[in-house]
Amino acid sequence: MNRMFGVGLRVIAAATISIFGVIRVQGQAQTPAPAPSPSAQEAADEEENRFAPEPPPALPPGMTGSDVNDERARLAPGLYDAGEASMGMKHLALVKKPDAFQLGAADPDDPKVQKMLEQLRISNPAKIPKPMHLVLAQLAFANSDLAFQGNHLFQGNFYGVSIYDISNPANTRLLTSLVCPGGQGDVSVYKNLLFMSVEMPNGRLDCSSKGFPPEPPPPPSEEKDRKRRVPAAQKDRFRGVRIFDISDIRNPKQVAAVQTCRGSHTHTLLVDPNDKENVYIYVSGTSFVRRPEELAGCSGEEPDKDPNTALFRIEVIKVPLAAPQDAKVVSSPRVFMDARTGAMNGLNNGGTHGKKGPEKPKDTNQCHDITVYSAIGLAAGACSGNGILLDIRDPVNPKRVDAVNDPNYSYWHSASFSNDGTKVVFTDEWGGGLGPRCRANDPNKWGADAIFGLADDKLTFMSYYKMPAAQSDTENCVAHNGSLVPVPGRDIEVQAWYQGGISVVDFTDPAHPFEIAYFDRGPIDPKVMVLAGDWSAYWYNGYIYGSEIARGLDVFELTPTQFLTRNEIDAAKTVHTRELNVQNQQRIEWPAKLVVAKAYLDQLSRSQALATDKIAALRKAIQSAESSRMSKGSLADLKRLAHSLQTDHDKATNQADSKRLGALAEILEHPGALIASTKR
Amino acid sequence: MKTLGDFTNSCLHGLCGERNGWSARGFATLCTLLLATTAATDFLQFTARAQQTAQAAPVVVQPGAPGKPSRRLPPSTMGKLPPPSQADMEFMQGMILHHAQAVAMTALIPSHTQNGDLRSLGARISSSQSDEIKFMKRWLAARGEPVPTTPGMRAMDMSHHPMALMPGMLTPEQMEALRKAKDSEFDHQFLTGMIQHHNGALTMVKDLFETPGAGQDAELFDFATDADNTQRAEIRIMQGMLEKKGPEEKQ
Repeated sequence: MNRMFGVGLRVIAAATISIFGVIRVQGQAQTPAPAPSPSAQEAADEEENRFAPEPPPALPPGMTGSDVNDERARLAPGLYDAGEASMGMKHLALVKKPDAFQLGAADPDDPKVQKMLEQLRISNPAKIPKPMHLVLAQLAFANSDLAFQGNHLFQGNFYGVSIYDISNPANTRLLTSLVCPGGQGDVSVYKNLLFMSVEMPNGRLDCSSKGFPPEPPPPPSEEKDRKRRVPAAQKDRFRGVRIFDISDIRNPKQVAAVQTCRGSHTHTLLVDPNDKENVYIYVSGTSFVRRPEELAGCSGEEPDKDPNTALFRIEVIKVPLAAPQDAKVVSSPRVFMDARTGAMNGLNNGGTHGKKGPEKPKDTNQCHDITVYSAIGLAAGACSGNGILLDIRDPVNPKRVDAVNDPNYSYWHSASFSNDGTKVVFTDEWGGGLGPRCRANDPNKWGADAIFGLADDKLTFMSYYKMPAAQSDTENCVAHNGSLVPVPGRDIEVQAWYQGGISVVDFTDPAHPFEIAYFDRGPIDPKVMVLAGDWSAYWYNGYIYGSEIARGLDVFELTPTQFLTRNEIDAAKTVHTRELNVQNQQRIEWPAKLVVAKAYLDQLSRSQALATDKIAALRKAIQSAESSRMSKGSLADLKRLAHSLQTDHDKATNQADSKRLGALAEILEHPGALIASTKR
Repeated sequence: MKTLGDFTNSCLHGLCGERNGWSARGFATLCTLLLATTAATDFLQFTARAQQTAQAAPVVVQPGAPGKPSRRLPPSTMGKLPPPSQADMEFMQGMILHHAQAVAMTALIPSHTQNGDLRSLGARISSSQSDEIKFMKRWLAARGEPVPTTPGMRAMDMSHHPMALMPGMLTPEQMEALRKAKDSEFDHQFLTGMIQHHNGALTMVKDLFETPGAGQDAELFDFATDADNTQRAEIRIMQGMLEKKGPEEKQ
């Protein structure tokens, strides 16, 4: 999910840096030149270049880069007035980030902006270009992941959660700004409970934004012992998963705060089909392990030194629905254990990647994000150096059943299943999310999705997909969070690529994924990399919502193109869910409506799996059923045609068409009834 | 159709709160005045507007600790950051010097060993630590803090360089010994030395996060977290290389 990061924060960091960069360069330009000496000249050059983007590396031999001829490759920069390009997507609204999570000022001279610059310790704001003041001051408040319930959208932020009313998506309205800092603010929602991840040391139990103060300097007599003074444990610090009661959407209350040793970079809601009393939270912590004085039992030692180390595990929180205040960690599964030797660091092959260049090795001592699919009893974990598959039928004790690595992968970041559970799409967050990784020379196999086939609990690599358009060197861009788009008969995912925008990909054929829609903006700044772009892009009940890190919340609709018909879009819109937490994947089931049948027909026409005259006859029969309001005669026609599809079904040359023909026949036989769901 | 009750309600809830800086009583008076002097049509329009405003007004809420009530904050609430920490600045300044020694160590590799695995490891360490030095310098410069000048390779290699050692850094004697070693002896000293060096970085990160008030800056938090993860992984790789090398030497 979300989960960038190691990414999330990294991104911010990068952005901040870049931004500062510009500033610094400008400042330097006005500084009187030092006496010319070779070393002084070198230092000055270093200063000048400190904030400029790194020159792009050469494309490794045998690799293909991004497409420089795509219209998205050269969009005009701007915060709110950047150039835009889209295909198959209509932008309905941008709701700017709420005031509580930014400065809320449009004027760089606003005292609020200057105050924030002081907080950021900007040395000489007068020398910074005015437009940069605003951008700089907004960095501490990055938007993160999304969750949905009914007409409410929950947008995480490093500083809290924004709650929106999306009953009219084109007119999305802010309801509540929940202030509670601690980053990254990954969110999930279940009935009256809202869950939120916290990992940073400024997180406090009481949601205060004051963080923790430095200790006063020791008296001079103790100065020399300063290093060895043991600091007081911060019992008010909070790193873990917060639980809020949102029964009153305009007055959420914190009911529990479950502490963990590494905090929670991301978390995943798990609803066990066999347990109505509780829900579970899988916690992925990626950061430092805190001291046992602050939280009993925490150890950051390597496994050979301490078998109780907080490394090499995930945590499982059990939340009793009748008493959420009693939520607690009930297990810490060693999901990386070597089953033969019992070594808990059994998957430690982060250093084996063959990728050349400035790659950092990634240990598999953490998961970054986990997607659970309870309907098939499996979870896919993106765990730093590996992708793993877990059997979660006993949710408290998940068991690893497979693990994969990939020579082109840097950091296993997130995962999602196809609806039928036969494919898994992993993402590689090469560069941590803060780097420009979609430049002309960046290989299209790096920082990409990797699509795996899944059968008998085994993952098999099939192909890569990377948003194809080249992006500038001031646009952070790499694969990030996405969700399925419920078009029946196809596997389609909408996905965020940071400043690479949003890309909708068809992976029905896992060996040949292709793009069917997109939206992109130009960079925030043409000279420095300012952190921005889409953290998540998810489909929810007919619309696509994009969580834009710097700008706010975007709302989109899909529009018909040669790649996607009106019928297919309308069929997707027949699917309604009460809640959506993307990492708690739910099986999509389509109603047996005639519009769904029409979507299948469009697909069978596209793939030429059905003769043209037969398609025409079917369309005509469906139309007369609709216009006659399901007259008896028209229903009999549909049934007759449904039977005639049996021979086509038997002749189908691929599984996708075979499934479409089967599902189409089922609707025509019983329009109005529900299609039986596929079983694992 | 709206009733008078609805109208008053809208007034009180939508427009008369502290949000707009008008007292409820004051606005109620205004409402009464308006009522008395406004034609029916205007009244309805106003009502619609008032309702819209009521609907649109978002709230800012800060929850309390678990079990405690939440507080309503004024709509003008802006974000705040924890105070900057001197320990953050010192961590970055110290880590620049620490990284610079790793880069100096890797610079010896081409002239001291033919070991392909070590050469490739060294190139990776050199590249990532050089990048991180740039990052740290930018971070400090952006905050107006002194940026340490990294001693060049030669200076780092000079045994008499008067530099305070950060945790895990090789002593001048160790650096001198490394410089004099060749081939498999160099490989061994490099690996044990770099493991010692990287463990020192882990200590620095641990010290940072144990220092009250430190590590709360988002960028620095991310950087330190990433450095910790990367160096742990590299230590494991180097331990693996030492173990692999051990049996070979015994043959």
